[in-house]
Amino acid sequence: MSATLDPLNYELNKPFFKTLSAYDWIFAALVTGGAFYLWDGYASLMDVYEVGILFGMGLGMIGLGWYWKQSRTLMLSVAIISIYAVIQYEPAVMALKAEGMDGRQAIAALSDWQNKEQGQFIFKYFLSSATAIGWMCFLFGLATVIYFFNMFVKSEFPGRVATKMTWIASAMGLIGLMVRWRESYLINFDIGHIPVSNLYEVFVLFSIITALIYLFYEMRYKTRALGGFVLLVISAAVAFLLWYKFDKNADEIAPLVPALKSYWMKIHVPANFIGYGCFALAAMVGVVYLLRNNAPEGGLAARVLPPLDMLDDVMYKSIALGFAWFTIATVLGALWAAEAWGGYWSWDPKETWALIVWLNYAAWLHMRLTKGWRGSAMAWWSVIGLFVTLFAFLGVNMFLSGLHSYGEL
Amino acid sequence: MNTEVRKTRRYGFGNILVEFLGSMNLAITVLSGIAIASIIGTILRQNEPYQNYIIKFGPFWHDMFVSMGLYDIYGAWWFVSLLFFLLLTTSVCVVRNGPQMIIDMRNFRINASRNSLRAFHNNAQWKIESDRESLIQNITSHMQAEGYNIRSKEHEDHTMIAAMRGGVNRLGYIFTHLAIVVVCVGSVIMYNMPLKYAIFSGDVKIETDNTLPASKVPAKSVLKSDNPSYRGAVSISEGQSANIIFLNIEDGFLIQELPFQIELKDFRIEHYDSGQPKSFESDLVIHDDELDAPLEATISVNHPLIYRGNAIYQASFNDGGSKLSLRAWPLNDPALKTLDIEGAVFGDVAMKVDDTPYTIELSDFRKFNINPIESENNSKKFKNFGPNFTFKVRDEQGQAREYVNYMFPIEQEGRLFMLSGVRSSVADTFRYLYIPADANGSVKRFMQFYAAMQDKKVVSKVVSQTITDMLAGLVSEKRLEISKGMNITTRRLVSLFAKDGLTALNEHIQKNIPVAQRQKATATYFDILRKTLGNLYINILQQEGLDITQGVSKSDSDFFDDALTVIGNINVYGAPFYLEMKDFEHIQASGLQIARAPGKEIIVFGCVMLIIGIFIMFYIQQRRCWVWVANKQESGYEVIFAGSCNRNERDFAQDFKKIKQRLAHRLGLSVDDENH
Ligand code: HEM
Repeated sequence: MSATLDPLNYELNKPFFKTLSAYDWIFAALVTGGAFYLWDGYASLMDVYEVGILFGMGLGMIGLGWYWKQSRTLMLSVAIISIYAVIQYEPAVMALKAEGMDGRQAIAALSDWQNKEQGQFIFKYFLSSATAIGWMCFLFGLATVIYFFNMFVKSEFPGRVATKMTWIASAMGLIGLMVRWRESYLINFDIGHIPVSNLYEVFVLFSIITALIYLFYEMRYKTRALGGFVLLVISAAVAFLLWYKFDKNADEIAPLVPALKSYWMKIHVPANFIGYGCFALAAMVGVVYLLRNNAPEGGLAARVLPPLDMLDDVMYKSIALGFAWFTIATVLGALWAAEAWGGYWSWDPKETWALIVWLNYAAWLHMRLTKGWRGSAMAWWSVIGLFVTLFAFLGVNMFLSGLHSYGEL
Repeated sequence: MNTEVRKTRRYGFGNILVEFLGSMNLAITVLSGIAIASIIGTILRQNEPYQNYIIKFGPFWHDMFVSMGLYDIYGAWWFVSLLFFLLLTTSVCVVRNGPQMIIDMRNFRINASRNSLRAFHNNAQWKIESDRESLIQNITSHMQAEGYNIRSKEHEDHTMIAAMRGGVNRLGYIFTHLAIVVVCVGSVIMYNMPLKYAIFSGDVKIETDNTLPASKVPAKSVLKSDNPSYRGAVSISEGQSANIIFLNIEDGFLIQELPFQIELKDFRIEHYDSGQPKSFESDLVIHDDELDAPLEATISVNHPLIYRGNAIYQASFNDGGSKLSLRAWPLNDPALKTLDIEGAVFGDVAMKVDDTPYTIELSDFRKFNINPIESENNSKKFKNFGPNFTFKVRDEQGQAREYVNYMFPIEQEGRLFMLSGVRSSVADTFRYLYIPADANGSVKRFMQFYAAMQDKKVVSKVVSQTITDMLAGLVSEKRLEISKGMNITTRRLVSLFAKDGLTALNEHIQKNIPVAQRQKATATYFDILRKTLGNLYINILQQEGLDITQGVSKSDSDFFDDALTVIGNINVYGAPFYLEMKDFEHIQASGLQIARAPGKEIIVFGCVMLIIGIFIMFYIQQRRCWVWVANKQESGYEVIFAGSCNRNERDFAQDFKKIKQRLAHRLGLSVDDENH
């Protein structure tokens, strides 16, 4: 797998397209077909920007799949299982609705693990968004433990299990979001919206994105030693998610306030969470860096943890990637604000904190590149960066009020 | 790297200044300053009325904070100067480094020396016996196949093949940093310096009297329509039009004239089933001399109208002076003479109760009131409570309380109530009176019952009848004696209760009954009072024509209990009447935000440039390789292969190793041939 990724390992002089396998082409064909199918079926519900996003997304998926081969399987499985789920699930919801339940109750009844479809195992345990997300939570938690366990054993096996588990957890999360998307329309057609609109949904998104970025680096750097640490943040997010769900009932699908009804949301929020995911990952790599840096030579930590130059490299790449996407997200946010509120920048707390996060990482990048800073100072800084990010992401919603009042705690 | 011969700098003042302005230290300081100021700005709530701050911080700190501009930090002179410095330092940075970088993009460093190449971290040295022509040919074509651009040059004692890829990386730097400058410039244009100066110099004066109608605002506070950049808001009622907007500045406002007139034809809110708002839309008509015919357009949240450089946004909505038909039910008139009133929101109505004048100030009307209600599984559900209106009742002394009354009854525990909330200051929350509604969903039965309670003749009749019933078992002369006293007491109790509720009763008991007997007496009092009022209530039911020979229905008896609860608390209500909304004509107003932002295209351009620049800078790496081939053969040509890169050294080191192996392979060397 990894060999195909290496940009210099392809046969020299061979044009890029010739390096693609049959699977690559089938994948591209399926994605293209899917995009056109959606366009054909739903164009009447989309504005021109959304059509643009649809095809842009298609191209993005093909690009990602060709670049990172493992992601093809993820994308295809998520698509196939989600379609299967929706097809199976929808009539059941409709039937319950016909019995006089409203959409919400019908979905709740089906997501209840003790629902009436006694016979159907898959149906019962996998198909509703709540169950799929439940599986995601469970698998991320378990994978964290196995990744840590893997550090202490010689065998490769637990590590491989943990990796697979992380893939499956991400897939379950994505399926959960896909089904949830459909569920929102099943509740009531005008409530329907993409599930990136409240704190519950973005926490799921955050977990998935962070896990995927991690998996990419795991493949790239051929080490599983970071897994436990990165999944620790994801597990924390999962713990929050569960608390938020069971204590606050935050998983209810709520209609959107008018300001959020815009195609901008479909790109602004995911871009933001790629940024957050990268920053979280960089912080955890920073933690590993500090552990490794302070570990006595020959000790356990020095043996199982990756070398410092590699950690430094992952940390830099991840912050750079996060910075780039966070820039996109902030710019899109400003353009959206200009369209919805009449001003690019209102110094609303959420915006202001986004700026602070951005400046913080800009300073980090400058110090590294122009002053050549390396080592534990940068690692500490990236750990602190996570707290700044966390405040922008959660703290603002908890402590400060402003225009971004979605997802208050 | 002899191309990088630096001109020896002469350290005059100018150079030192440029050096300082373009330094990374200044840049980091400025960025930190902005970050810290931003944090303060999010913690200290911005642009609130000064009154709130004085209460919070006291006058000393308040004055201090005002002089530091902490209440409008992002507009404070020092914050704006920080932004200016960011602009300056970034510009200086680009100007200083830019030209060098452009040169760098095409500079293959073909004159690199043998020693410098050998000092590189990534290098290899070979001795190759081969035909020199084909050796150079092979190297060149291999490096091209690796994706590098090539320049070669014959030097005196060697041939240099210099390879480079990703030179555009340097453009990334220029784009990114220039973009910051561009965005800052766009913002400065939007910020409208001339206006800020006019305010500073006193040519334009901020108006602080919020009650002043627009037509009375002095000319010094009105900006003409040729002002290039502004952002303000206006609220237009349905059927009305406006050609001005209000700009909120500091603790006051300015009026901005628009070059056209906006008429609001219609405003619509759509709701979800749950009643939460789904969308707001305004049908606008633009009247402008420059137009042949008025321009009609519909705007909604996220879908503004751009007209003549003005962007018109749907920002909010409020009442536009809805017309209300009200009925005042007196609360202290046994004859229950109601008064019908026509009023409009934002209008005052004068009325008299018992010759005492009151003013009703109608302040708001809402057609939908979506309130959260607790449902079984403690998840939030929403329910529409229907129309309500808000008003103040001001007495002669100028004292006022605020009320909010609902038009339709609201169901609670299976019973229907008319809700009326009251509070004595804006800082309080409303306390609600739950007036039981009769079968017609009206307060009529309650009002009749309450009025009867204050009608001396009726009360005295019911009291004597009640007491006669109660004493029915006693011997007659004793009965007469007791009943006289009881009659007086009971009438007094009824009148106290009707006037001031439970408080009055308690006071009466405290004052007149010794502690020892208090408990027992209280029970007796309440018993008598309840029986009396019960009989009074039955009279009302009979008047309504209800048949009560089979007893009183559950709902009617609940009604009685609820009515007593209301009267028990009546002393908190304060107004001598209850206002019922009979009918309304809903007139809405649309809150528009209107902005003219000439820097807009510049900012968008800057943003695009920023994103492109960042991606180029991160993901197109500038890499250089050199192959130094000796011209003279001494047991093979000496070949030095070296490489360098300006970021991601680790990746490059790995790639370099692979290129090295492939190149060696191509040149017919086994890897061991490397004498390194
Ligand atoms: C908000 C303002 C700024 C932003 C967002 C910004 C952003 C960036 C980014 C993302 C990089 C690339 C770092 C990397 O690849 O790791 C960079 C590099 C750099 N920046 Fe800035 N920068 C800003 C202001 C400045 C200022 C004011 C200066 C000058 C004092 C400056 C000088 C540089 C230099 C010299 C480099 C290295 C370029 C290279 O060698 O490739 N930057 N900047």
